Formats: sequence, C-alpha cells, structure tokens
Amino acid sequence: MSFFGLHYRLESKAIGLTLGIIVVASIGGLVEIAPLFTIHQTVEDAPDMRLYTPLELAGRNIYIREGCYACHSQMIRTLRDEVDRYGPYSLAVESKYDHPMLWGSKRTGPDLARVGEKYSDQWHVAHLNNPRDVVPVSVMPAYGWLLMTELRIDDLGLHLKAQRAVGVPYTEEMIANAALDAYAQSNPDSSLADGVTKRYGKATTMRAFDGRPSYLTEMDALVAYLQVLGRLTDAAHKSVAQAGAGQ
Amino acid sequence: MIAQLTLIERQYAIMISAAVAVCGALMILVGRDDAMGIHGALVFLAGILTIFRIGESYFAPAPSDERLAHYYDDPSKVAIVLAMIWAVVGLAVGDWVAWQLVEPDLTFGVAWSSFGRLRPVHTTSVIFGFGGNALIATSLYVLQRTSRARLPDQVSPWFVVYGYNLFCLLAVTGYMMGITQSKEYAEPEWYTDLWLVVVWVVYFLVYLRPLARRKEPHIYVSNWYYMAFILVVAILHIVNNLAVPVSLGHAKSYSAFSGVQDAMTQWWYGHNAVAFFLTAGFLGMMYYFLPMRAGRPIFSYRMSIISFWGITFFYMWAGSHHLHYTALPQWVQTLGMTFSLMLLIPSWASAGNVLLTLNGAWDKVRDDATLRFMMVAGVFYGLTTLEGSFMAIRSVNSLSHYTDWTIGHVHAGALGWVAMITFGSIYATVPWLWKREQMYSPKLVEAHFWLALAGTVIYVFAMWNSGIVQGLMWRTYNESGTLAFSFIDTLVAMHPYYIARAVGGLLFLIGGCVGAYNIWMTIKVPSAVTDLAADVPQPAVVGSGALRAAE
Ligand code: HEM
Ligand code: HEM
Repeated sequence: MSFFGLHYRLESKAIGLTLGIIVVASIGGLVEIAPLFTIHQTVEDAPDMRLYTPLELAGRNIYIREGCYACHSQMIRTLRDEVDRYGPYSLAVESKYDHPMLWGSKRTGPDLARVGEKYSDQWHVAHLNNPRDVVPVSVMPAYGWLLMTELRIDDLGLHLKAQRAVGVPYTEEMIANAALDAYAQSNPDSSLADGVTKRYGKATTMRAFDGRPSYLTEMDALVAYLQVLGRLTDAAHKSVAQAGAGQ
Repeated sequence: MIAQLTLIERQYAIMISAAVAVCGALMILVGRDDAMGIHGALVFLAGILTIFRIGESYFAPAPSDERLAHYYDDPSKVAIVLAMIWAVVGLAVGDWVAWQLVEPDLTFGVAWSSFGRLRPVHTTSVIFGFGGNALIATSLYVLQRTSRARLPDQVSPWFVVYGYNLFCLLAVTGYMMGITQSKEYAEPEWYTDLWLVVVWVVYFLVYLRPLARRKEPHIYVSNWYYMAFILVVAILHIVNNLAVPVSLGHAKSYSAFSGVQDAMTQWWYGHNAVAFFLTAGFLGMMYYFLPMRAGRPIFSYRMSIISFWGITFFYMWAGSHHLHYTALPQWVQTLGMTFSLMLLIPSWASAGNVLLTLNGAWDKVRDDATLRFMMVAGVFYGLTTLEGSFMAIRSVNSLSHYTDWTIGHVHAGALGWVAMITFGSIYATVPWLWKREQMYSPKLVEAHFWLALAGTVIYVFAMWNSGIVQGLMWRTYNESGTLAFSFIDTLVAMHPYYIARAVGGLLFLIGGCVGAYNIWMTIKVPSAVTDLAADVPQPAVVGSGALRAAE
C-alpha cells in the first residue's frame, strides 16, 4: 500500500494519530539531548571550579528577576572577534552549576561572561544606579532601587538546599551558615569573614561592594555576582593558552 | 451563557471554582512572606468571582434539549474577545519596550516597568495571550465542524478558556513582580507551570473526545495540526520546566538542568514553541479558514501530509541552531543545521498550498481584505522559513546571532505570519459565530490590513538593517589588526533603526485597536439575522465543498 494510502487509513484513527505524533516528535529530542548527560566529553574537567557564595547566588537571582539576560549574553562564541572583544571563549564547565544557564540570545548590551573584575565596584554601583552617569549613550534602564533595598538573607539556606537538590555540591555547613556568610562577604572586617573563605575558598572576593559594610543591599549582591562572572575557574584561560602553545 | 448550562453542570462549575479558590487561599497562607502570596490572592479572587457569576444565574431555568442540536460555540466567542484584549495589551507593551530602546528613561523609575521585566510581558501577552486564545477559540470551532460532533460537555471547555487565561495572567503579573525562571517563552514559575499542565490535559481530552465520536470517516487536516500543537506543547512544557522550588512557600525555583544540558533543553523547547505553538496551530487555522473563505478546496492534500509529518519530525531536531559556536558539542550543532535546512521542504509545502489554493481566485483576494490577510500570511510564512533555514547555516548564524537580525526574523514570522493569519481567521469567524452577514465595517478591515502590512514591513526592514550593520561592525578590524568599533559605537548606529521599528510597531498597534473596535461593534450591533447553517451538525459542511482536497 502506498504511503498516502496508509495515511488515509491513519486519518480515521484518533488514537493512532495521537500516538504517531508523539513517537515521531520524540525522536529528535531523545537523540540530541539524552547523550549530553552521559557522554563524558560534553563538560570539561575543572578541579578548581568554585561554587557561588550565598551572596553571589542572591545576586544571580536578582539578575534573573530584573531580566538582565534579555539584553546580555554570557556565552563567548568560538569566533576571533568575540575572543578579542570579550576574552577566551566560554567552556561548558563554566556554567556547570548554573541552574538555569544564562547564555542569552540577544546582545542589546555587551557579553558579560568575563566581566568579573573588569570594572571597579564603584563603577558598577554608579552604572547600575544610572547607566547614563557613566556611559552617556547607554540604553540600559536605571536600577535606582537596588541601593535602597535591603537584601533578604533569612531564606538563603533554603536556596542552597534547593540548589543541592538539583546537583550543586553545597555542604551541610554551607547551608547552615548561608545567611551569615552572605552578610560577612560584604563586611570583610567582621569576625565572620574567615568562615566564608574557609568554606568557599581563598579566591572569594570579600569586599563592601556598595561601599557600606554594615548595610547589606541588593546592590551588594548583584555587584558581587557581576564581579565573579568568568572567575569561578581558570579552565578557559588555560585551554586558550594550551591551544596557543600547540600551534 | 450560564443559562446554557444544565443544573448539574452549574454545580460542577461551582465545585471547580471552589477548588481553585481553596488553592488560592493555600497559596496566600504558605506564600505570605513572598510574592507568591499576591498570586494566591489573584487565584482566590478568580475562583470567588466565578462562583458569584454562576450563582447569579444558578436558578435560571434549565436549557432545553434543543441546544444539543447546535454546536457549542460560547467558549470560542469568549476566547476570541480575550484574544483581542491580549493583542492590544501585548502590542502596546511591545511598542512601549521598543520606545524604551530609543529613550531608556521611559521606565519612570519604577521596578516593574524596566525593559527586562516588560519584555517577557510582551512576548507572553502576544504569543500565549493573543495567539493561545485564538488557537483555543478556532480549534474548538473547527473541531466541531470538521467532526460533525458537539463538544463533549459544557463545563470542560470553559475550564480550558478561563484556566488558560488565569495562567497568562499569573505569568505576566509575575514578571512585573520579578517572578521568572528566565527561560525564554517558559518564564512562569513552578506553580503556574503546574496549573498549565492541568489545563492542558483537560484541553487534550476536550479535543480527543469529539474526534473519537466524529461522524466524518476522516480526521480533517486542521485537526492533525491542532492535535500536534496540543500534544507536543505538553511534552515540551513538562520537560523544560522540571525544577525544584526553594520551598512550597517560595515562588522561586531552580531548574533541574544546568549549563550546556540546560541550554540544549531550553532551545529544544524554544524552537519547538515556535514550531508547535507559532506554526502548527496556526497552520491548522489556515487549513480550515483559507479554503472556507476562498470557497475553494485546498490545492493539494498530499502536500499537506508531507508538510505535517515533515514539520512534526524535523523541527524537533533543529533547536541546536540557537547554539552555534557555543560550548554545545559540535555534532549537535551540525545536526541542528542539517535538519533546519531540510525543514524548508515541509514548510514550503504549506506555504505553497496557500498560494496555489488562491491561484485562480485573485479577484477575491483583491476585493476581500480578510482573504488578503491570509494570503499575506502565507507569503510571510514562506519568507520567514526561508530566512530561518538560511540563518541556521553556521557561518550565517555567526553574523546574525545575538543581533537584531534575529528580532527581524522573529517579527517577520510573528507579525507577518502569526498575527496576519489570526486576524484573517478571526474576521472570517466573527460573523459566522455571531450570525452577522459581515463585519460591522469592511472598510475598517481594509484599514487594518494596510496598517498591519505597513507596520510589518517597516519593522522587519529596520531590524534587518540594524542587525546586519551591528553584526558587521562587531567583526570589523582595523588595518593594525584590532577591533574597529567599541560596543557603544554600534549602539549609536542602531538608534535610527530603533526609532523606525517603534514607528512601525505603532502602526501595527493602531491596526490592532481598529480591529478590536470593529469586532466589538460587530458583536454589539445586531444585523438582520442570517440563518447560517454552519452551526448545525450536518453533512454539507465537510466531505463535500471547500474542505475536500482538489485531487
Ligand atoms: C506592535 C508590534 C510589536 C512591537 C513594537 C514589538 C516589539 C518588540 C521588541 C522591542 C522586542 C525586544 C527586542 C529586543 O530585545 O531587542 C520584541 C521581542 C519579541 N517579540 Fe515583539 N513586538 C511586536 C509584536 C509582536 C508580535 C505580534 C509577536 C508574536 C506573535 C511578537 C513576538 C516577540 C518575540 C517572540 C520576541 C522575542 C524575540 C527574541 O527573543 O529573539 N512581537 N518585540
Ligand atoms: C523553517 C523554519 C524556521 C527555521 C529553520 C528557523 C530558524 C531560526 C534561527 C536560525 C534562529 C536564530 C537563532 C539564533 O541565532 O539565536 C531563529 C530564531 C527565532 N525564530 Fe525562527 N526559524 C524558522 C521559522 C520561524 C517561524 C515560522 C517563526 C514564527 C514566528 C519563527 C520564530 C523565531 C523566534 C521567536 C526566534 C527567536 C528565538 C530567541 O532567540 O528568542 N521562526 N529561527
């Protein structure tokens, strides 16, 4: 029987059509997505990979809440001009702990994958408060309320717990100290500060991000997050150096 | 409308609304420290208001059995009105954010109106609010007529329409409060997603039951497409939204996927939201309303089969073209590109079907703006898919990705195809549904057509220009081997195009308002009742005449 003849029969069976659609539509996703979880080469090894501190995670959530991803990508492609403009191209491992990823699809503003420590904290605070104070032709919205809004930290432990449930290796100790660690990271002179570096590593940035150590704002969190972008691991710099050496 | 429900149906409706109100109350309780509490209040109110609405007519006399001799179209009517409301809102917000890129301080300093929060309000309002309501309205309309079977009961379709709109409302109000998952086109948080699953399962059952009881031996083409839309959107939605909430009282959740696997899952979802929401469903619309309006059978039944299975199979492989040159393994990128190119065949089979069906009826297209909406939609569908396949080629994508070229492509599809086929189909159905001889004002339909076409052309050309200029500036080098332009230089170059886009969008918005007014007046102003046979199940509607294939 010809294909069209067969189809003529299928058209008279509602359930058959339903099952046909489900089967035919499932194949593509299964072939392309399932292997990504099992094939080892999908994500590189990076033993030095750090976790987001509670403050950085809170900042990341503000980044999501405000929709920054709608205008900024965090994915430097393997193209010469992008590497020249933004730095080494992004590796899969760098967003290994990003639930969800924030690669973005539109660059109304520049890529932010390696913006960490490119500008000073003061620059970021001024820029977020009103972008046109530092970049006169910018079209980015002003986020004036960040400086005035106190950061909610009492539930950060729950956030870390949920992160652990989806596979980020936060420890019991990190979860228990989440709120205090958030406070201490932007208050480097406090007695709690040592705990943060003990738990999250010496490379953790400990600063009063918005310039006011005793008052923890959403601005602190967002700037802490921006300053860690691209700095969770050195893997990308190494892989570029290796490629260079190999030539 | 409630008088149409039987007493038992009224009771069911009250029980369901009460269950919704209880859910709302629970959300208020557990989410009192979180923005979720506000959503709880919204849900609670929705449940209570519905109970009151039903209560008002609870003691109205029971409907006569005569109703069973007619199709049940009230839910479609309401969904069409809601579609037009969402259209006006969504287009207005779209134009607002377009102006924000011209004059960034149009946020007035408050959090909810900044670009990042309003942009998903725009996309959700137009895609899910406008497009979704139009799909629900037309699918139920077409389903009954092509199956010659009435909807199974009179409560579940209402649950679908109102439940779906509650979903849309929770979504957009959530973004403005900062509740979002950040996944494009899947922004709503976990409880809103769960609610959509419930609504969608009911939608599927509402669709399946008349199909199973149909009096026509064959399932008409439109229904295949609507079916694919319902089924595949369910699969996509459930998989991509898997997440763990911070707690039951937190709106915030963390996606089950991360990094590269999340990117692939997201764009498998994202591209197929394009395929099965913005394409398959609207093709279903086209395959019914075009032949009915033109009074001519679809040109080729075989082309519609090839198109259907091609789209259902190929599209699901194409998502990775959103991730060219990224950290996604290259073999997946290559597969995505290959299938995107093959996708052109089934896409053009349907675009060709539109134009070849109209071939020989050009005089009708010239005189009838409604039919012209559908024709232009077919042309833009052909153009957008050609452009899409082109942009999926890796080297082309290296230029177009991240730029306004993508935005131009999106809106060629969204304005030119999705919105045009929808307006055309709505202008065709409204007189049929409300039993009018024609629209209140055919002149206004004509005006809407030209506003929409001019708006689309201006928008798309502005974005093509701006996208290509920006892409080229990003990769231009000096003689000394350094980058020639800073990022800010490109921003300055975009400015005139952003003004043009916002003006084009304004024309499109005005057109939408004209359309909404015209539809409203058609409903309000009664005309001499023309007794249309179209709402009675009878053999004349399918099987012979316009819906039979020409072959
Ligand atoms: C008055 C007409 C419209 C205007 C002025 C408008 C404006 C905009 C603007 C300014 C953006 C953001 C672009 C950016 O981030 O650079 C956008 C995005 C978008 N719009 Fe519209 N829009 C209109 C109509 C529509 C319609 C009718 C649809 C769908 C049916 C639609 C679907 C979308 C989608 C899907 C995006 C996201 C694109 C992406 O992420 O690549 N728009 N629109
Ligand atoms: C053969 C059919 C099509 C193919 C192969 C295709 C291909 C593409 C490609 C390559 C992109 C750019 C991805 C990127 O660089 O980020 C894209 C984006 C997009 N296309 Fe298409 N396209 C097709 C049809 C359509 C149609 C009919 C619509 C209807 C509205 C549409 C809506 C979109 C949207 C909304 C996006 C933006 C996604 C985002 O970044 O948010 N496409 N498409």
